[in-house]
Amino acid sequence: MFDSSPPSYGPWRGPGSSFVDLLRQVAPQDLPGAGLDTPAAAAIELAHGTTVLAIRYEAGVVMAGDRRATMGYTIANRRVEKVFPADELSGVAIAGAAGPAVELVKLFQVQLEHYEKIEGETLSLEGKANQLGQLVRANLPAAMQGFVVVPLFAGYDERRGRGRVFSYDVSGGKYEESDFQTNGSGGVHARNWIKAQWQDGMDRDAVVDLALRALFAAADEDVATGGPDLIRSIYPTVAAISAGGFEEIAEPDIEARAQRLIGGREEGEGL
Amino acid sequence: MSVPFYVPPEQMIKDKADYARKNIAKGRDLIACSTVEGIVIVTENQFRTLYKISEIYDRIAFGGVGKYNEFENLRVLGVRQADLKGYQFAREDVNARALANAYGQTLGQVFTHEMKPYEVEILLAEVGATPAEDRLYRITYDGVVMDEQGCTVLGGRAEAIAEALGTRYQPDMHAEDAIRLCVELLAGPDATLGPDQLEVAMLDRARPRRAFRRIEGEQLAAILAASSATSA
Repeated sequence: MFDSSPPSYGPWRGPGSSFVDLLRQVAPQDLPGAGLDTPAAAAIELAHGTTVLAIRYEAGVVMAGDRRATMGYTIANRRVEKVFPADELSGVAIAGAAGPAVELVKLFQVQLEHYEKIEGETLSLEGKANQLGQLVRANLPAAMQGFVVVPLFAGYDERRGRGRVFSYDVSGGKYEESDFQTNGSGGVHARNWIKAQWQDGMDRDAVVDLALRALFAAADEDVATGGPDLIRSIYPTVAAISAGGFEEIAEPDIEARAQRLIGGREEGEGL
Repeated sequence: MSVPFYVPPEQMIKDKADYARKNIAKGRDLIACSTVEGIVIVTENQFRTLYKISEIYDRIAFGGVGKYNEFENLRVLGVRQADLKGYQFAREDVNARALANAYGQTLGQVFTHEMKPYEVEILLAEVGATPAEDRLYRITYDGVVMDEQGCTVLGGRAEAIAEALGTRYQPDMHAEDAIRLCVELLAGPDATLGPDQLEVAMLDRARPRRAFRRIEGEQLAAILAASSATSA
């Protein structure tokens, strides 16, 4: 028997095509951040993700993140993933409290697919960005106790034929960025690097390199951001999103680029 | 005080069953076949956007015949149940059997307790790693759940079509051959069905996560045209 068996829901009531609303009715304890909204929870120390970025290029957007998660002054994880596909044409990159952030991304992914299955068509990119804003806002009580989750959202807008980048504040406020945005503890350093180098109409290759350089620059200045780890072969995760879909750039490719970039201009104290 | 007429339960059940069967038979039939490339699902449908076949989850598809608003309601319940389960446990824990049982419960409940039974038959198909692991469940208006092997037919002419299908269906068939066979059987001996009168979908075994895809437009026309080329 279904949890929501007919005829308890008419077509105008009930969760409609929103999985989040369904979860809120059926199992609110499984929502991200549930239970973290009490003052006592503020004492819990969680792993934090650090630097992520999203940059627009001529055919879409590139998203990237370093691999480090920290807990205070300790490295909690060296190989953490911070860039996730949201659906075929969009992605989320997370910084902040890692646990609630990963949960939030998982819920967001289900939300988009659920909508697509029930309605028979995908949400507009704007619609997806708004949905993510609502999830961030729903996390506000947990954020008040220190479990802040502020994602970056980027994707290819089929209706407008270009890549778009959105950032959020703790209250769920959504801001569209014209060309790029960064987030996390090393975000300022990465953003300055991008700002100095970015040009309209750059191709994918150039922007992937720019993303890697910006992350290295952030790692250089910020202790919580992981730099390229040559000994363990750990490099940032990078994904490109275009009309062709979400494509994670293969690790050997990133490794080759990282090696080349490290061997180049950044050598020495100048950076 | 008025005394209600006594209606024996046998009679009541029979009336409901006749009513459901009669109305289901007004609609078009639906066939699902397990093939080398995956499970193909074919039905006649004059509408372009009111689907009878749709995606429930990564490897699971839904098919409905009968009254559209009723099976559409059931489809949405299936998507909700599957997404909830996949979120709370893991994606690989979602299977067609549990959903088929849920549909059986709901349809059985409505059949016994409501004034009017649902005038629908439901298909739940789940594609496995090999054809032997494919699952086809057929759920009737009264909540009976059947686990079918290889292929199944839903609708008013199900028995006649299943008989013809039984003699011609091979478990090692290719998807395109199976689609042509299904279309031929749905059309009957004296008629043909064009791409715009059909709804065809497939659970593609080779796809990594979401196996469901629709076969429509030029792609479907090309598959059907190959049939007339070989038979000519």
